[in-house]
Amino acid sequence: MSNGLALLSIFVLSVFVGFEVVAKVSTTLHTPLMSGANAIHGIILVGAIAVANNASSNLQLILAIVAVVLATINMVGGFVVTDRMLEMFKGKKKEVK
Amino acid sequence: MNRNLYDLLGLVAAVCFIMALKGLSSPKSARRGNIIGAVGATIGTVLVFWAPGSSHKHLVLILAAIAFGVLVGVPAARRIQMTQMPQLVALFNGVGGGAAALVATVEYLKLGNEATTGEILATVFTVIVGCISFSGSIITFMKLQELMTTRPVVFPGGRFVIAATLAGVLGTAGWVINSGGTSPLLIMGALALAFGVLFVLPVGGADVPIVISLLNAFTGLTVAASGYVLQATLLIVAGTLVGASGTILTRLMAAAMGRSLFGTLFGAFTAKPQESTGAAEARPVKSGSADDVAILLNYAQRVVIVPGFGLAVAQAQHTVRELADLLTSKGIDVAYGIHPVAGRMPGHMNVLLAEANVPYEQLVEMEEVNPTFPQTDVVLVVGANDVVNPAAKTTPGCPIYGMPILDVAQAGNVIFLKRSMRPGFAGIENELLYDAKTTLLFGDAKETLTKVVSSLKAL
Repeated sequence: MSNGLALLSIFVLSVFVGFEVVAKVSTTLHTPLMSGANAIHGIILVGAIAVANNASSNLQLILAIVAVVLATINMVGGFVVTDRMLEMFKGKKKEVK
Repeated sequence: MNRNLYDLLGLVAAVCFIMALKGLSSPKSARRGNIIGAVGATIGTVLVFWAPGSSHKHLVLILAAIAFGVLVGVPAARRIQMTQMPQLVALFNGVGGGAAALVATVEYLKLGNEATTGEILATVFTVIVGCISFSGSIITFMKLQELMTTRPVVFPGGRFVIAATLAGVLGTAGWVINSGGTSPLLIMGALALAFGVLFVLPVGGADVPIVISLLNAFTGLTVAASGYVLQATLLIVAGTLVGASGTILTRLMAAAMGRSLFGTLFGAFTAKPQESTGAAEARPVKSGSADDVAILLNYAQRVVIVPGFGLAVAQAQHTVRELADLLTSKGIDVAYGIHPVAGRMPGHMNVLLAEANVPYEQLVEMEEVNPTFPQTDVVLVVGANDVVNPAAKTTPGCPIYGMPILDVAQAGNVIFLKRSMRPGFAGIENELLYDAKTTLLFGDAKETLTKVVSSLKAL
């Protein structure tokens, strides 16, 4: 299998996994789920670091470093704010007990 | 690091993301799911520094950039009021899209003439969609933060401008694919940024959550496409997961709000300039005092509280709870009627009430609470408007037409706690305010509720 085709296979299979895992989510969790998924795409940080590492001109380096900052905000901020939301759900469950 | 070990750890991170999304879909495991996701992201980030064949000449700079990003992102996420959380998510999503567009651009510049067609196509896709996601998210942020009007912004000939911009984006995309070069890519990016703005402007306030969710899915796909350019499996898996789950989530949200996804997306092309309705002025409404409301509540047998965004803005969750506890102690049946999109996003109100420790069993979802309204004596609408607006049923063509609503008009009495006669977030007049069984109680929700509580105690 060529490399391009291997990557395409990964893509297609991931589409199905993505559809499947959230198929039955209640409205209560829509907001946290969106926020959590938002944090996950902050993984673009990995790409930003990779291109920054291998930048071959100053322009490339500057753009890549900006991307690192933006991606970090996305990833770290995203996980923190999702955790804050979900923390409240947990408190609620204690009350029920 | 050994290539196999590197790929294997990347796989671990990818599995973490799948488990994170799975966990986030169920209330019990949601918080753990989020933490698993964070672990996966940490593994991926640490791992990339040991990527086979990568140099470390910019290590300090990169670490400084990460530290800076953490210093910006974490305090923002910690300090934000829960009421303002939707716009923060929009902002985080936008910067993620911007980052993806930059990453693809840098890789494109580096590859120069060596880029394959597949890589160029993926770059073009990433830059276009990343830019749309970036500028579109900034506009949603501004709408939700009320830095600009929350109403649909439609100008004459707008749809032609939008169509022309889109054609420009696609045309320059063809130019990039054919001849390559830096300037065509930059022009394409600029046009895509403009398109993102134009695409979100005609979206009304009530549809903004759907757009955030959609742009979130878009950003996921750009991350996947940049993963293809960089040959990074982890980015492809993570980005595609978010893209696919985000698409489903967008559809679920649109369904919960009774909105057609198609209508929301292509609102830009179909929206017509709205005529301002002048019918609202000088119509009689019945406004009452806190004492009147307390008496009504005191002699009720069943009370349903409908919380809305205004409750959150006034930070009145705790006072509402105090009132509910007081009523319960008088033997009155109290429930909270929760509309799926009360607040600014599906589930937002549940988060806010959970913050105030409202017992979970008192929160009743729309489908269950609606049949009980005819047996309800008093409905207390606290800072909500659009979710109880009968125009959603009676006025075809109004922006919220078709959205399921809480049928509070079926109840014996309706009390609206409002700051003013200003219409709700969707900008539509509410006929129910003029109904004979409606009493209006003007003022800040928290202050008026405190007054109601004290007069109720005095009874």
